[in-house]
Amino acid sequence: MEVAESKSKKAGGRLCSTCNQRKAALKRPKTLEQICRECFYEVFEEEIHQVIVGNQLFKAGERIAIGASGGKDSTVLAFVLSELNRRHNYGLDLFLLSIDEGISGYRDDSLQTVKRNEIQYGLPLKIVSYKDLYGWTMDEIVKVIGLKNNCTFCGVFRRQALDRGASLLKVDKIATGHNADDIAETVLLNILRGDIARLSRCTLITTGEDGPIPRCKPFKYTYEKEIMFTYAYFKRLDYFSTECIYSPNAYRGFAREFIKDLERLRPRAILDIIKSGENFRISTSTKMPEQGTCERCGYISSQKWCKACVLLEGLNRGLPKMGIVRSRGQNNERTKDMKQNKGTKNIESKQCGTLDF
Amino acid sequence: MQLTLEFGGGLELLCDSVKVHNVDVVPPKGSEKLIMKDLLSWVGTNLIKERPEMFMKGDSVRPGVLVLVNDCDWELSGQLDTTLEEKDVVVFISTLHGG
Ligand SMILES: [Zn+2]
Ligand SMILES: [Zn+2]
Ligand SMILES: [Zn+2]
Repeated sequence: MEVAESKSKKAGGRLCSTCNQRKAALKRPKTLEQICRECFYEVFEEEIHQVIVGNQLFKAGERIAIGASGGKDSTVLAFVLSELNRRHNYGLDLFLLSIDEGISGYRDDSLQTVKRNEIQYGLPLKIVSYKDLYGWTMDEIVKVIGLKNNCTFCGVFRRQALDRGASLLKVDKIATGHNADDIAETVLLNILRGDIARLSRCTLITTGEDGPIPRCKPFKYTYEKEIMFTYAYFKRLDYFSTECIYSPNAYRGFAREFIKDLERLRPRAILDIIKSGENFRISTSTKMPEQGTCERCGYISSQKWCKACVLLEGLNRGLPKMGIVRSRGQNNERTKDMKQNKGTKNIESKQCGTLDF
Repeated sequence: MQLTLEFGGGLELLCDSVKVHNVDVVPPKGSEKLIMKDLLSWVGTNLIKERPEMFMKGDSVRPGVLVLVNDCDWELSGQLDTTLEEKDVVVFISTLHGG
């Protein structure tokens, strides 16, 4: 009993600023409040509910695929959405959608986690493989192209895989686990790259509303720290690294680190960066790239063929380097002012090295 | 002092892929108590086998690593100055590689 007593002393007798009864367990980065576990879960879920309602992310009766990587963000998202759907009668038909890239040994753990989520949250799981979607597994691709350029493939194929899987499932919308830190990071990267088109899109909570399957980010305002805190508690360390084994030297997030440094000094910085991104106005003289569709597969593309089809064509013709070198010449009359908009470098910041979408 | 250290979110990869370590750490010479600052340098020397920069930055953990002492955010207990006691459980969880 001595131990237990001294342990409660350690927290400095700090009480939860919400209930004033229980011991605080977390300092909320958004508000700097000290809050107990029980009160935290309550506000955590309630805030996400408010975001969902306030932004009309879903409509009753919709089929929603949760992009499930097995990592913490999508696991917490699956949990929270299934909770809220029940509690507030959203009337949603929720699914877990996972992608199997076909990298031997690599997906075993994460697919196990997703399969557990399927049971725990009672959400049907659909696993779509690269082999199904593209006719090639990542292992087969690496055999052909070597390790050097494979991350181009990882990123391009992964982005499309989710959409293609979602259309197989005939869902109305995809929900992804991107959190506030992710979005702040993307804002910074788009500024650093001068990518105005993406800058104006990346803070939107719902994107692709004109396309076949819109995507939304219910965690847009949710700090990663709070997701980790939630996750660490009820999943303990049933968690694994999601580093892509084919990218030991992948870009490791300079922008990410910068954001985490800022957060330590001033936690508000993350929401402020998102706000900055939202408030950028694009001058009318900046030509936005036209959004068309790929002539081959129908996926959204500003060029004749989408990136995946260009890469696949190269693979299938035995010219795997095709499409990897920046393809400025191609179709550049469409996007003169934007310079390369859909090139290989524009895969979102979390492209490779992670299993995220 | 017997402590349980848990590494998650990819940090375990830095210490031979072992997630839970039951360790015995003695306070530094001339000191009676062990604080988190001492523990971090002990972990850096004894448990982290590769890429220490993924765990430490300066004399603290790298920003973005969540530290829980007995399930409690270390930002509430004084971070580096948190005093550790016998049988404490310290969790380090990171988002090294997304999630
Ligand atoms: Zn409370
Ligand atoms: Zn990769
Ligand atoms: Zn295509």
